[in-house]
Amino acid sequence: MHPLLARPGTLGLYLLAWLPVAGLLVFLLAVSGAVRVHEAWIIVPAMCLVYAFVCLAAWYPCRRLPVRQAGLIRLAEAHLAAAAAAGGLWVLAGLGLAQALALLPAFAGLEQRLGAQLPLLFAVGVLIYLLSVAFHYVLLAAEASRQAEAHAAEARALARDAELNALKAQINPHFLFNSLNSISALTTIDAARAREMCVLLADFLRATLGLAERTSIPLAEELALVRRYLAVEKARFGARLQIEEKVDAESGQLLVPPLLLQPLVENAVNHGIAGLPEGGMIRLEAACSDGRLVIVLENALDPEAPARPSGGLGLANVRRRLEARYAGGASIQAGPAGERYRVRLSLPAETASGPYEPRP
Amino acid sequence: MSRDPERKIRAVIVDDEELARRLVREMLAAHPEVEVAAECANGFEAVKAIGELKPELVLLDVQMPKLDGFEVLELTGTDMAVIFVTAYDTYAMRAFDVHAVDYLLKPFSEARFEAALERAKSRLGQPAPAPAELARAARPPAQYAERIVVRDGVKVHIIPVDKLGYAEAQDDYVALASGGKKFLKQQTISSLEACLDPARFVRIHRSYIVNLERVARIEPYGKDSKLAILTDGTQLPVSRSGYARLATLLGETRA
Repeated sequence: MHPLLARPGTLGLYLLAWLPVAGLLVFLLAVSGAVRVHEAWIIVPAMCLVYAFVCLAAWYPCRRLPVRQAGLIRLAEAHLAAAAAAGGLWVLAGLGLAQALALLPAFAGLEQRLGAQLPLLFAVGVLIYLLSVAFHYVLLAAEASRQAEAHAAEARALARDAELNALKAQINPHFLFNSLNSISALTTIDAARAREMCVLLADFLRATLGLAERTSIPLAEELALVRRYLAVEKARFGARLQIEEKVDAESGQLLVPPLLLQPLVENAVNHGIAGLPEGGMIRLEAACSDGRLVIVLENALDPEAPARPSGGLGLANVRRRLEARYAGGASIQAGPAGERYRVRLSLPAETASGPYEPRP
Repeated sequence: MSRDPERKIRAVIVDDEELARRLVREMLAAHPEVEVAAECANGFEAVKAIGELKPELVLLDVQMPKLDGFEVLELTGTDMAVIFVTAYDTYAMRAFDVHAVDYLLKPFSEARFEAALERAKSRLGQPAPAPAELARAARPPAQYAERIVVRDGVKVHIIPVDKLGYAEAQDDYVALASGGKKFLKQQTISSLEACLDPARFVRIHRSYIVNLERVARIEPYGKDSKLAILTDGTQLPVSRSGYARLATLLGETRA
């Protein structure tokens, strides 16, 4: 639907803009002498009212033919043809009206006198239509810029949401509550272990606070954080949580976004090990080959547990962060493989001084 | 329903973390009138222990291996005082719906624990709601069941809903047909129907709910009624209103 018709207020303004046009036309016809002033005052506003709506139709070809994309010749052809048709309509409407009015004695002979001014009328009609085309292009441009602004605002909001979600995902508050509960239990059972767990928890929290501000960290640093996290969880889960790590020496120096693995390891604990009465193994592997850093995280899984939709919030966050940072250059695959859940990350191998090149 | 004041209150502690269980046990140690009858580390153990020991008090974690705390209650009923003990505050409304006595957030103070215990004592011996009502209340709000838990003596079966072929009403029970076997559960068919996703399960008859994916074809049967033939050959009666519901859904999915 035409935007002016959709909003009654703007339609009123548009019709108001036709008043000077009608006034000018009355003046032109009166000056030419063919049509008397009072006749012009009757016939011109009526013609203008009809033509105001005819000109709104220019919106459709304008929308189909954006100025930048359609060629100049194509634009001229299309709009001139439409203008000629509209001008014809305008003249016909004028003559029809004049003929009807001429039946009254006061307007006798009006159609002949108006007929003598046909070329002038037609030219004015075509000109007005072309003005309307220009007006519609302005209207469309204004609308496009408003939409672009709305899109930009939306994109900004999305980016901020992703960032906030990533920050929130860093520390799951329930991890804190459960850990504090373990410490609460240990205070009377084993005071030394309670103290040890406080220190582990503090180390972990301190490390996450520092990391959030950096854009890249060596994998070794991320792994150190993950180890602190797992040490705290180990106090909670005891023998149920087993960990195996296989990281080759050169991978440790490669750069990764901070807290990339942390949410994935949290998932492995919360959705894997925590669901198994006897617990299970979390295996973490990192290797560098052919300019890629490949990290594989596997955890035991209860095959009867209901599947998580698309792997949950943590995984979605990691996926978004990789997409934002490496565009198509990084990949993440995740899914159950038998009685294990497996996440495989592949990133470009980078060091602080650029792409990683193994020493010969 | 008066209790013998000389008799000890028997309690069961259910938590998958050993330290969390020890903490509760330690706090209960200050109360000689309470005796810890069992500690359970997962939902299966809890169902078994509650079924066998019939405790008066259960201290129950929510997130556990195998069955969560709500599923445990669905299978055992709540003919006892239940105190939830969890790190998550999101289950508080559901806990209220299943008539829990109190809801302790980890970590908790001794004073808070004492208050919960006092409330539990004042609730002892009060009648509990029927299990059928519980099954519905234990379900997360605005979410259909992903699995159905069934107790068979001390054994617990977990039936993922996509493995459920159909359900048949049998007095106060429903028979759940899954993988060539039938499992009896104390629940009304209407209550079961409310738990299941109406886009996947249809009440085709006063006594039957069918998994839409298992319906192979519909055949006329007699003058007014029809038969649903399932992919495994099972024949189920379809009532007239059931057929209308079935036709609407099949029309939607095949359109």
